[in-house]
Amino acid sequence: MATLHVLVVDDEPGIRSGVTRILSNYTVGYPFMDEDFDFHLIEAGTGEDAIEVLNNQPVDVVLLDNKLPGMDGIEVLDYIKQQNFDVAVMMITSYASLDLAIKATRNGAYNFMPKPFTPQELRASIENVAKHLFLKRMTRKMQEEGKQIRFQFLSVLSHELKSPINAVEGYLKMMQEKQFGEKVEDYDRMIDRSLTRLKGMRNLIMDLLDLTKIESGKKERKMRDVNLAEIAKMAMDTMEPYAIQRSVKMRLNVEGDPQLLADADEMEIVFNNLISNAVKYNKEGGKVQVIISDRGKDLEIKVSDTGIGMSEEDSDKIFQDFVRIKNSKTKEITGSGLGLSITRKMIEQYNGTIEVESKPDEGTTFTVSLPRL
Amino acid sequence: MSNEKKLILIADDDADYLFQMEAMVKNLGFRVKTAESQAEAEKVLETVKPDLAIFDLMMEQEDSGFILSYKAKRKYPDMPIILASAVTAETGYNFDLYNENDRDWIKADLYLEKGIRPDQLHREINKLLKL
Ligand SMILES: Nc1ncnc2c1ncn2[C@@H]1O[C@H](COP(=O)(O)OP(=O)(O)O)[C@@H](O)[C@H]1O
Ligand SMILES: [Mg+2]
Repeated sequence: MATLHVLVVDDEPGIRSGVTRILSNYTVGYPFMDEDFDFHLIEAGTGEDAIEVLNNQPVDVVLLDNKLPGMDGIEVLDYIKQQNFDVAVMMITSYASLDLAIKATRNGAYNFMPKPFTPQELRASIENVAKHLFLKRMTRKMQEEGKQIRFQFLSVLSHELKSPINAVEGYLKMMQEKQFGEKVEDYDRMIDRSLTRLKGMRNLIMDLLDLTKIESGKKERKMRDVNLAEIAKMAMDTMEPYAIQRSVKMRLNVEGDPQLLADADEMEIVFNNLISNAVKYNKEGGKVQVIISDRGKDLEIKVSDTGIGMSEEDSDKIFQDFVRIKNSKTKEITGSGLGLSITRKMIEQYNGTIEVESKPDEGTTFTVSLPRL
Repeated sequence: MSNEKKLILIADDDADYLFQMEAMVKNLGFRVKTAESQAEAEKVLETVKPDLAIFDLMMEQEDSGFILSYKAKRKYPDMPIILASAVTAETGYNFDLYNENDRDWIKADLYLEKGIRPDQLHREINKLLKL
């Protein structure tokens, strides 16, 4: 038998003692678990007391009322998130408020339970929370053990792969059923769109291959003296046709010695991503400037563009897997949302840093700094 | 009511999926208005009251569909809403509208997986419109 420590935070003593009574001789078990859980209850009447408890004793599950006399539930939730406590939080709400629900879910609350609740409802909810917590810990343990099961990643990936398949399949069905008549020309747009989606999928797969290179990493990196200026030029050549099409001008400046001990393929991935973004997210007739400068202990790469830019809020997110900024300016631009996360991971392997500065409608500058080993 | 065709608002940020849904729903005999984002759908709702709405769950935000449903229901409590998404299996979001707890705050009438067949969709729409 394992024990889960449940902290009940509510200013109504009746709720606290009720929860304690209902859960103290309750146990749950799951077919996939070796042992059953029982519950040890801890009570707190305010958010401040709850934090005191969280800081001083083990807690697995928090049942958290939102309306509290001092700091409210959302603030306690914030604190839990900040401190990265390994707990599952279930919010108790006396009224159904979507705003609260969304805010709380974003902040990591696992579930909600409306007040008043019956003993049966409480037991069902706690059963779910316990299961969630168990699975979360299992997943982490597997990750720590290097098994690298990346549920999150795989689930988004499957979404990203499924969308184009659905789109293409939908168009093929429309053509098969001749929904727009007998004339082939009337299906041109659908064919174009299908090809575009397939191309997007191909790019995604290419990006995934880059990513696998990092993941399977360490193995045989071919470190040698690499001339980054040459790599930059290569990446610019690759983008040239697309840049011409959009009348975007690219320029390369090299200040000092552009040599770095690195793996040429990996550096190419970095430049390809930054330069292709600078062209893709540019405006008709815009400019791209690549500057490589020798700073002695490290090399700095700046890729600037005069493109559509992005808000500060957006620029905080773009290095994450699959993040793409969706707005009217990016609507027609395809991509996997993996490029920058790959780039960041590459750079981190060299103990380097990457930063972005951007202004909507004015342009964006990515600055990479790579230490010389 | 008149025999004028019912108006259905469809919001989805996948332009291709939107186009296909539009064609499918028109084919079923409805009028269609489309929106490519939560923001655009909100704008439509300011001036138009559709007879039914179909929202994608993940648009600008991963919960755009929820927020949109909530706002739409506040303005038009009697307009049925279908939330369409491919997420259940994939992201572990597991909202089941038949579970009373969730239903309280997910203000949609029906939750559908994407890739639904036209006849299934037709049946669900008719049910919600009481046709
Ligand atoms: N130079 C840039 N200017 C404006 N936005 C950019 C730029 N580079 C990246 N972004 C934004 O960051 C997002 C993530 O970029 P990335 O990871 O390369 O994915 P992708 O290009 O495949 O969408 C892009 O979708 C885009 O919205
Ligand atoms: Mg990119």
